[in-house]
Amino acid sequence: MTDAIAVSGLIKTFGTTRALNGLDLTVRTGEVHGFLGPNGAGKTTTIRVLLGLLRAEAGQVRLLGGDPWREAVRLHRRLAYVPGDVSLWPNLTGGEAVDLLGDLRGGLDGTRRAELLERFRLDPAKRCRTYSKGNRQKVALVAAFASEVELFILDEPTSGLDPLMEAAFQQTVREVSARGATVLLSSHIFSEVEALCSTVSIIRDGVTVESGTLAGLRHLTRTSVTVEAVEPIIGLAALPGVHDLLDEGARARFDVDSERLPEVLRHLAGFEVRSLTSRPPTLEELFMRHYGDAVMEEASR
Amino acid sequence: MSAPASAYAGTGRLIRLALRRDRVQLPVWIVAAVVLAAAGAAAVADEFPDEAGRVTALRGAGSSPAVLLMRGTPVGTDLGALVNFRNLISLLVLAALMSTFAMVRHTRQNEETGRAEMVGAGSVGRHAGLTSALVVVAGADVLLGAALAGTLLGAGMPLDGSLAFGAACAATGLAFAGAAALTAQLFQSSRAANAAAATAVGVDFLVRGVGDALGERAADGIRVIGAWPSWVSPIGWGTHVRPFGEEAWWVLALPLALLAACTAAAFALVDRRDFGAGLIPDRPGPESGSRALLSPIGLAWRLNRGATLGWVAGGALAGAGIGTLGPAVDEAAIGNTGVADLLDQLAGGGGAPLVNTLYAAMMNVFGVLAAGFVVQALLRLRSEEAGGHAEAVLATAVGRVRWVIAHLACAAGGAAALLVAAGAGMGLADAAVGGGTGVGPLVGAGLAQLPAALALAGFVVLVYGTLPRLTVPLAWAGLVASIAFGLLGDVFGLPQAVRDLSPFSHVPALPAAEMTAGPLVALAAVAAALAAAGLALFRRRDLSL
Ligand SMILES: Nc1ncnc2c1ncn2[C@@H]1O[C@H](COP(=O)(O)OP(=O)(O)OP(=O)(O)O)[C@@H](O)[C@H]1O
Ligand SMILES: [Mg+2]
Repeated sequence: MTDAIAVSGLIKTFGTTRALNGLDLTVRTGEVHGFLGPNGAGKTTTIRVLLGLLRAEAGQVRLLGGDPWREAVRLHRRLAYVPGDVSLWPNLTGGEAVDLLGDLRGGLDGTRRAELLERFRLDPAKRCRTYSKGNRQKVALVAAFASEVELFILDEPTSGLDPLMEAAFQQTVREVSARGATVLLSSHIFSEVEALCSTVSIIRDGVTVESGTLAGLRHLTRTSVTVEAVEPIIGLAALPGVHDLLDEGARARFDVDSERLPEVLRHLAGFEVRSLTSRPPTLEELFMRHYGDAVMEEASR
Repeated sequence: MSAPASAYAGTGRLIRLALRRDRVQLPVWIVAAVVLAAAGAAAVADEFPDEAGRVTALRGAGSSPAVLLMRGTPVGTDLGALVNFRNLISLLVLAALMSTFAMVRHTRQNEETGRAEMVGAGSVGRHAGLTSALVVVAGADVLLGAALAGTLLGAGMPLDGSLAFGAACAATGLAFAGAAALTAQLFQSSRAANAAAATAVGVDFLVRGVGDALGERAADGIRVIGAWPSWVSPIGWGTHVRPFGEEAWWVLALPLALLAACTAAAFALVDRRDFGAGLIPDRPGPESGSRALLSPIGLAWRLNRGATLGWVAGGALAGAGIGTLGPAVDEAAIGNTGVADLLDQLAGGGGAPLVNTLYAAMMNVFGVLAAGFVVQALLRLRSEEAGGHAEAVLATAVGRVRWVIAHLACAAGGAAALLVAAGAGMGLADAAVGGGTGVGPLVGAGLAQLPAALALAGFVVLVYGTLPRLTVPLAWAGLVASIAFGLLGDVFGLPQAVRDLSPFSHVPALPAAEMTAGPLVALAAVAAALAAAGLALFRRRDLSL
């Protein structure tokens, strides 16, 4: 099966700002792919190129096997998009906006629409100008998820949603994923990405810095270990792969490169260990490592 | 008003904020007015240095209702009076529009975009927004008047005439500032508030024009006193001040009284309504979209519906108003063969009935209105793009070309409806009061204006495809240039080649002149070519937020 999204070496400049600088992004058909990056990293720009709203300057962009710039209309029948900043026509009602966006895309499933309105607690009779930010977001979500499309492109779809609605969103994504749809989810909410995504791409300054399965990414990085023994633990600092050691005598906390973990455990076996916890890095830590490096570099310059 | 002083808290801060936002816009309006006045004064001194020449020119011009309608009434024969005749009306309209747009910008638009909410959450009183807007706009009007008076004085015109000229413009601006303050409270969107206030300016211009066209000529054969319709119009009040004639200073009290009344009403509304709301509260609407909405053209129509229906109704009413004047114009000309000859000449020597010359001149005005309608309807393309709505639509299975064409169709259809309504209104009213021009020829005369409006539509699409961020100013500049080159080309003394750049220069003066299809076909072809080029460019460019 071809990849739903295949981007390589994508470049896009606005005046003197280079928003995308050789970005790569691959989303395989059927996966839920997290798309992460600090503010201004280029997520929205990438998505707009994928939608044929912006034109790629250089690089390869394939969407559902086609060219998003030249075959926009044909491809758009097969996907649904939720923009990060949903703005709706103030004098249309929410229900009208849902139907309009759905219909322009090629049709809505009526029962699914009713079900989603119920699930997201959205009153479709209200004028869009009277909706709160979260409710505007829900209109776009209902319009997107009520379509029987094979690809969902979601740009920070849950900004402004309350925790209850966040849960409803996650349930909905799982449903469409279960029926085989592909999802590209740009998000700043790590728990959401960890809960939904099997694969992620992390971008920074318009380039991809990390991409792969969540499990694989974790493996590439460090595990946090806290250990407590009866006697003082010695010799940890000398072990290869141990970082950020906090030595409190009989208690130690440190990070260790994941591939060095077996050696460290063998070393610890020589002590009378009372307790040992090891935790894989959270997505947030992964992200902070990449983003934090940049902040450090900038500070040191 | 019984509001506590705290209702005005923060007014000073809001004034500074408004001045900062407008540090370019308002000066541009004022400088444009000064340039217009200075150019007028220089041109008059240059072209008509001696009294005899001025008398001849004013005799000729003042005897045509069509000229009086566009240009106002002559007040005398000295240089200043000729500047008045050439430029006062345009400057009154300019002051009215400047005040209208500025007023809406600093009241309803702030509220709509939530800017006022951010400010209002600070220590800012309920009346501060409206008060600060009034202070800023009134200040701009006074400055405009002073600048105009200074300019004319500097050009060697007499003191009281120059002062009266500036004061008339300032006072008319103030009257419309009041009107806009009121519409900004009544309508929930700044677009609707602007449209209502700008329509008021347009209707006012027409009412005054009708009054002046029916005006009574003084014994000297030069001065004209506008008839009663010009007394119900704030722009008419400006002309009744008669700068450089026998100045009637007391007339300045009328626009100031209107400002006071409108301001009081606007403050009363501020006290009664919720933040962000209009006078009519939002009611729940349909839970699902009807079939008619669910297409690009359905959406475009829905977005334009209110404005279109308003313009069409206004066109029908204004047309009917003009139609009722027909026989009166004919009577006025009986016994004055000189007038009849002159008008006949203006109408292309076809021996057309006098009344048809008036109708032809009015149709020109409707042609400009239709073009204005088309421009504002097509600027939706830009506001939809900048507001993010276009992104949502173009991310569905709607192509860019189809989306633009939907808006073009709505704009063209609306303009056609406006012109048909104006022609039909004119024809029916004319028939009702015993005229003989007929509905058919007047509807035809209306539709003959459509290709010119379409040519402007093509221009707007071209600009939109090329320079999205400059679409709004360039589109309006295109309209203003077309009016200046085409309809006012003679006032500015422009060479024919420049006048021919305006689409309005090529419209046959129906029903006074013969119908000639050639120019209309050419205009339509130009429209199609411009639109096609614009579409091709739009397909190639990035969406620009
Ligand atoms: N139309 C534009 N003109 C100029 N610069 C732009 C434009 N659109 C985006 N940029 C710039 O491109 C870069 C990437 O922006 P983008 O919106 O793609 O970031 P993002 O990853 O979506 O950020 P966020 O998380 O804040 O949504 C930013 O530096 C932004 O300022
Ligand atoms: Mg973004």
